[in-house]
Amino acid sequence: MKIVVLWSDALIFLLVAVIATFFWNMRKDKILTERWRQVFSSRLGMVAFVVIASYILIALLDSLHFRKALEPVEGQPADQVFYENRATSVLDVLMGDMADENERTYSAPFSLKSFEKVNMKADDGSSIRDFPPLVHAGKHLDDPADKPADIVKQTFIALIIAIVVCAFWIGPQWYFLRNSELPWKSAWIAQAVIILVFVWLIYVGNLYHVLGTDKAGNDVLYKSIKGIRTGVLLGTLATLVMLPIAVTLGVCAGYFKGWVDDIVQYLYTTLSSIPGILLIAASVLLFQVYIDLNPDFFTIGLQKADARFVGLCFILGVTSWATLCRLVRAETLKISQLEYVQAAHAFGVSNYRIIKRHILPNLTHIILITFVLDFSALVLAEAVLSYIGVGVDPAMTSWGNMINEAREELSQEPAIWWTLAGAFFFMFTLVLAANLFSDLVRDAFDPKTVDGGAKA
Amino acid sequence: MRLSLISVVIAIALQLVACGDVYNNPYTSVSDDKIIYYSHFQEPPKHLDPAISYASDESLFISQIYEPPLGYHFLKRPYVLKTMAASEVPEITPLNADMEKVEEGSDQIAFTRFTIRIEPELRYQPHPAFAKKSDGSPLYIFENAASSENFKVIADFPETSSRLVHANDFIYQIKRLADPKNKSPMLGFMAQYIVGMREFSQQLGKIERNGWVNLDNHDMEGLEVIDDNTYSILINGSYPQFTYWLALHFFAPVPPEVDQFFHNPGFKEKNLTLDWYPVGTGAFMMTKNDPNSQIVLERNPNFRLEYYPKEGEEGDRELGYLEDAGKQIPFVDKAIFSLEKELLPMWTKFLQGYYDRSGEGHSNTHKFFDQAFVIGPNGLEMSEEMKSHDLTVTTESKPGTHYYGFNMLDPVLGGYTEERRKLRQALSIAFNIEDEIDIFHKGTSLPAHSPIPPGIPGYLEGEEGINPYVYDWVDGAPKRKPIEHAKKLLAEAGYPNGREAKTGKPLTIYLDVQARATTPDKQDWQRQQFEKLGVQLEFRSTDWNRFREKLLTGNTQIYTHGWLADYPDPENFLFLLYSPESPLICKCDGANNSNYANDEYDALFEKMRVMEPSPEREAIVAQMLDILRRDAVWMTGYHPLDNYLNNPWLFNAKRHGISKTFLKYVRVDSELRRQKRADWNQPVIWPVVTLGIFVILLFIPAVRAYRRRQNMTIH
Amino acid sequence: MFAYIVRRLIYAIPILIGVNLLTFVLFFVVNSPEDMARSQLGEKYVTAEAIENWKKENGYDKPLFFNESNKGLSSVTETIFYTKSVRLFMLDFGQSESGRDITADVAQRMWPSLALALPTFAIGIWTNICVALLVVMFRGTALDRGAVVLFVGLMSISYLFYIIGGQYLIAKMWRLVPISGFDASIHAWKFLILPIVIGVISGIGAGARWYRTLFLEVSHQDYIRTARSKGLSEITILFKHVLPNALIPILTGVVVVIPLLFMGSLVMESFFGIPGLGSYMLDSIERQDFAVVRSMVFIGSILYIIGLILTDISYTWADPRVRLN
Repeated sequence: MKIVVLWSDALIFLLVAVIATFFWNMRKDKILTERWRQVFSSRLGMVAFVVIASYILIALLDSLHFRKALEPVEGQPADQVFYENRATSVLDVLMGDMADENERTYSAPFSLKSFEKVNMKADDGSSIRDFPPLVHAGKHLDDPADKPADIVKQTFIALIIAIVVCAFWIGPQWYFLRNSELPWKSAWIAQAVIILVFVWLIYVGNLYHVLGTDKAGNDVLYKSIKGIRTGVLLGTLATLVMLPIAVTLGVCAGYFKGWVDDIVQYLYTTLSSIPGILLIAASVLLFQVYIDLNPDFFTIGLQKADARFVGLCFILGVTSWATLCRLVRAETLKISQLEYVQAAHAFGVSNYRIIKRHILPNLTHIILITFVLDFSALVLAEAVLSYIGVGVDPAMTSWGNMINEAREELSQEPAIWWTLAGAFFFMFTLVLAANLFSDLVRDAFDPKTVDGGAKA
Repeated sequence: MRLSLISVVIAIALQLVACGDVYNNPYTSVSDDKIIYYSHFQEPPKHLDPAISYASDESLFISQIYEPPLGYHFLKRPYVLKTMAASEVPEITPLNADMEKVEEGSDQIAFTRFTIRIEPELRYQPHPAFAKKSDGSPLYIFENAASSENFKVIADFPETSSRLVHANDFIYQIKRLADPKNKSPMLGFMAQYIVGMREFSQQLGKIERNGWVNLDNHDMEGLEVIDDNTYSILINGSYPQFTYWLALHFFAPVPPEVDQFFHNPGFKEKNLTLDWYPVGTGAFMMTKNDPNSQIVLERNPNFRLEYYPKEGEEGDRELGYLEDAGKQIPFVDKAIFSLEKELLPMWTKFLQGYYDRSGEGHSNTHKFFDQAFVIGPNGLEMSEEMKSHDLTVTTESKPGTHYYGFNMLDPVLGGYTEERRKLRQALSIAFNIEDEIDIFHKGTSLPAHSPIPPGIPGYLEGEEGINPYVYDWVDGAPKRKPIEHAKKLLAEAGYPNGREAKTGKPLTIYLDVQARATTPDKQDWQRQQFEKLGVQLEFRSTDWNRFREKLLTGNTQIYTHGWLADYPDPENFLFLLYSPESPLICKCDGANNSNYANDEYDALFEKMRVMEPSPEREAIVAQMLDILRRDAVWMTGYHPLDNYLNNPWLFNAKRHGISKTFLKYVRVDSELRRQKRADWNQPVIWPVVTLGIFVILLFIPAVRAYRRRQNMTIH
Repeated sequence: MFAYIVRRLIYAIPILIGVNLLTFVLFFVVNSPEDMARSQLGEKYVTAEAIENWKKENGYDKPLFFNESNKGLSSVTETIFYTKSVRLFMLDFGQSESGRDITADVAQRMWPSLALALPTFAIGIWTNICVALLVVMFRGTALDRGAVVLFVGLMSISYLFYIIGGQYLIAKMWRLVPISGFDASIHAWKFLILPIVIGVISGIGAGARWYRTLFLEVSHQDYIRTARSKGLSEITILFKHVLPNALIPILTGVVVVIPLLFMGSLVMESFFGIPGLGSYMLDSIERQDFAVVRSMVFIGSILYIIGLILTDISYTWADPRVRLN
């Protein structure tokens, strides 16, 4: 086993670390804690948060990559180990054999037979043409007719496993949090439902193809779950990448004014006046060329796809950078006019200290709101970009790529709907949760709505 | 939500009132008194100038409009040339360095003269460029852009006229190929053969230009007008394949007055160019060119008398292709081609009866149908719905080959030692192209045993045509050698179980592909092929430009590429592996991307290239194929086989692999089409009605709630 | 006002130069003139001669930004960048790499784009405002909360699902409209109705939710309460008081996108085969036709800047307290 750290893996864990420190530092701040309390005091907020958190957890599990060692062969020096040329993630291990249970081509959900006829030899030696049985789905069955009963039985087993998992997972939470005034009950129910769904999906998914298989015979459920990482990472990393630039430039422009302000304004007006899609298309092509010209940097294919992915995050960050920069600049302008900041100036406090002590803390709510608002927009944007052909690498599983494939499958006769359904379900759940959560965050943090709400 | 739903309801109600019983007819304002052929195109044509265009999507239009001296017989297979604009087969005269006639096959041949006599009754379509004032000078020649302001499209010119084709028009077009201003893709290639073309091109590049340059005032050495109906072209050395080139639109006639007309000041800014509005002698002329939505061809009233062929290939009579034998063509008056980029609308419209057949340039059937359309061992299988449409099928075997080539200069896979050969052969066996054809082409392609596709001389059926290094002949059919054999070869090549014998390091192979030509599922499948040997496969997929660059610099390991023949001669395929064609050797965009260099092969190629078709030539070809198979220069490949579906009202829909001149042969039963369209397009209205009722029902509680609120009192 | 507009327009010049520079850098890193020549000349029998000829005829035989072989000013002017961008500023877009006149193409393709974008935009706003007002009428009730959840749900569905689903159901299964295509005559409505309906429905979630917030903010104001205490009916209050007062934020949010409607919708146009500027742009990216991409970026930037200026003007118009200086 050899651990592989992809660029995006490193970035996502960096992001987690940043957020963790942020919250750790925040714990002393009364106002902020109060506002977060407001977010979580609604049941909807709790549920939405649990959903997002589970998606993030899956994404993180899918971001721990390693390469399995190959069996040593004769003549190989004992100290020398060679590795598979594909990376496996912890999530893959947790999902069991789903990744490797490839069929030949399309098959419908829960089907035991392929979607496509092939030539077969009948028992009497004659050549017939029929739907061949699948290699992996339902191979534990003796008689295909047992399928409905077996599905019920397996569901029951999955249920029991899920209940056990729930007990171990939710029990301690209940013990520590039972006296909290926050609506933890909703959170536990949400967690229980999610655990139930995932345990069932993975357990039954290892026996059948719950969402069928795609053209190359890959399990669609597996692909949909793998798409989670792409969606979550794109939604968060793009913001992470642009954050430092946008905040630095915005603060500089608003604080120093004069020519610095002119330059920053020029930069963001120029960038935002280019039609975004063209900018993204050109930049993605640029990244792709760079990757193509330097194949030596990448030992396995996944790293190439990953490099393009990080590039895409970066360029999406750059295109959405202008909005945040404008907001930060305006807010900084406003804050630096305040009396206590003026007073600090008069006392000769250094610019660095003023920015650090007085300006940055007052910008957190803008950054936070942008972060949560952009998240769902970015996840949705990925699908459109993939359609135009400038999204993530086609080799990388993503919902956008799945939708793109599904477009053609839908016009087949009979229509193949399950790829679309899989992508739709997982994408919709995430975006819905993110939207609901971001609403609550905005309500709690945006001074405008906070005041408005108070008045009402 | 509510209001938009209402607007849907209103809109659809409006539609109910507005049209008859079918709502989804995409054709508006089409008169019924003409027989119309309905079709589509996937890519808007970029060029329609016969000197510039060189894409198959464009030849769909160009071939109906322009007529080069020669053409292909519509029905006969293997492909046979016939006269088109020419009245007889070109006369070929071999000449020595002193321009004296010599024997054919003599080693003194320095030049070849092609003398072409054209059909005397050949006329151009009506066109404003031919319109004349009373004094005989052209009517539409303008001093400046302002005076032609009112003419925006070609239909704006009220006066049109025509004239007979003159031999000089053919010469004029060849000069246009040489004019650097036209940026013809043929310039570089043809200049190697046509005497004086390069010099002529350089000379034209130097002259001052302001508007139209009459190429008649500049002479090109190798071209000669002999009389009104005869001209000749002089070729360097011996190049028998030039006859085939004369069947391509590059050699169709272009009259100088048309060239002059389109060089009127201000015309280019309005996109009034020959590149946009073709002018030809063919059965059809373009009357509307809006390549972003529709292109319309109409019957050329000046088209000469031509009749449907009386004889064809074996089996054509059974398929009904000879029912119209001897009748005057064309049968249709008009053809409407609509732009259709996406495949879902394309198929839907085809099944709704709005397109007469499933494709023009490419059939797309293999991409689209699963159970609906499969080529099984018992022939074709269709779904119930499709069967109910009484579709007919036309199969077209394109004279082309798609292949996975090895780069012979690669340090791991390339080279000519026995080990390397075994390594390549092992990979060839492991890579099961039959599976690829089944899964990704729905069984509609043929595995390639050599570069030469069916229909081209040199392709052999049966046991003698198989690649004996990859296949065995078992029970009258080729059978891929077992994977164990491949493993054995791989071990002998120094990679037991896919690991390097000395170090145990896994063998990793790189496949260079063009990003658009591959999909993740295909890559998965390709990876699985090599996994059978324990060999790892990595992909280096790049955009087209980068891919091209890698091919040109020899930086590939295994690459995928395709070749579609320009003419039905084995030379057009075997040159793909001729060493001077290697980009690294010729320092050009050569076609030998494998960089294969084998002296024996080269010598045989040089010999067969200048031979006329004969059994000896076929023997040489067989010998060359043997060398290629032994060296395993290409890993594997397939010959595309396309299945086109035709709606039941379309007749004479036979496909020709090379020529796209089909429109004048097809026949349409308009009455049947009208009926079927009405049958197939009955709208489903209940969902909309249900939706409307549901919205109205929603209103009731809303109104009640509002009333209650209004009457609410505050305590 | 006039002076202000002139000043803004002058300020636009460096922005446009910057935009141009960026497009040049991005595109030429990816594509050398050789690449462009090759993709235009096709794949077969291309000779070095043909490539050189193509570059010369299309003006790509000069250095990119700086010509070392020339002295003085001409070392800058005898470059691809200078010769190509100067013409853009004269609004002379020249010819595409395949030899078509870009101005003529843009003028032609603008209309289908507008025919789709304008109705979608206008009907969309109207629908969203109506729905939002309806919801505001029931604020604080279960209906309101349900509607908000519905809005969030609607906006969580990817745009592509609306298009794919709509096209599949309405055109393919129910055969109510032609599945794709366009007609430049009065019959265009037949082709436009489906994309417009899909465009409007897909926008309801985000749009109506935003307008609802705006209306709620206004309806918390004191003068609305006064109006209500006078006993005016809810409908009168909404249409006479709330709507006009919410117009300012609506207007300023909306004006900036109006000029960009010309650019059309990339995805919609290519799904429904509408020959507008959106599909023009997509085609040119695919074909790597740099001349068209450059021109479209330039047009897009100009429209964006016009949008900004219009927004400023609309501020003064909607709110007399704002003055431009």
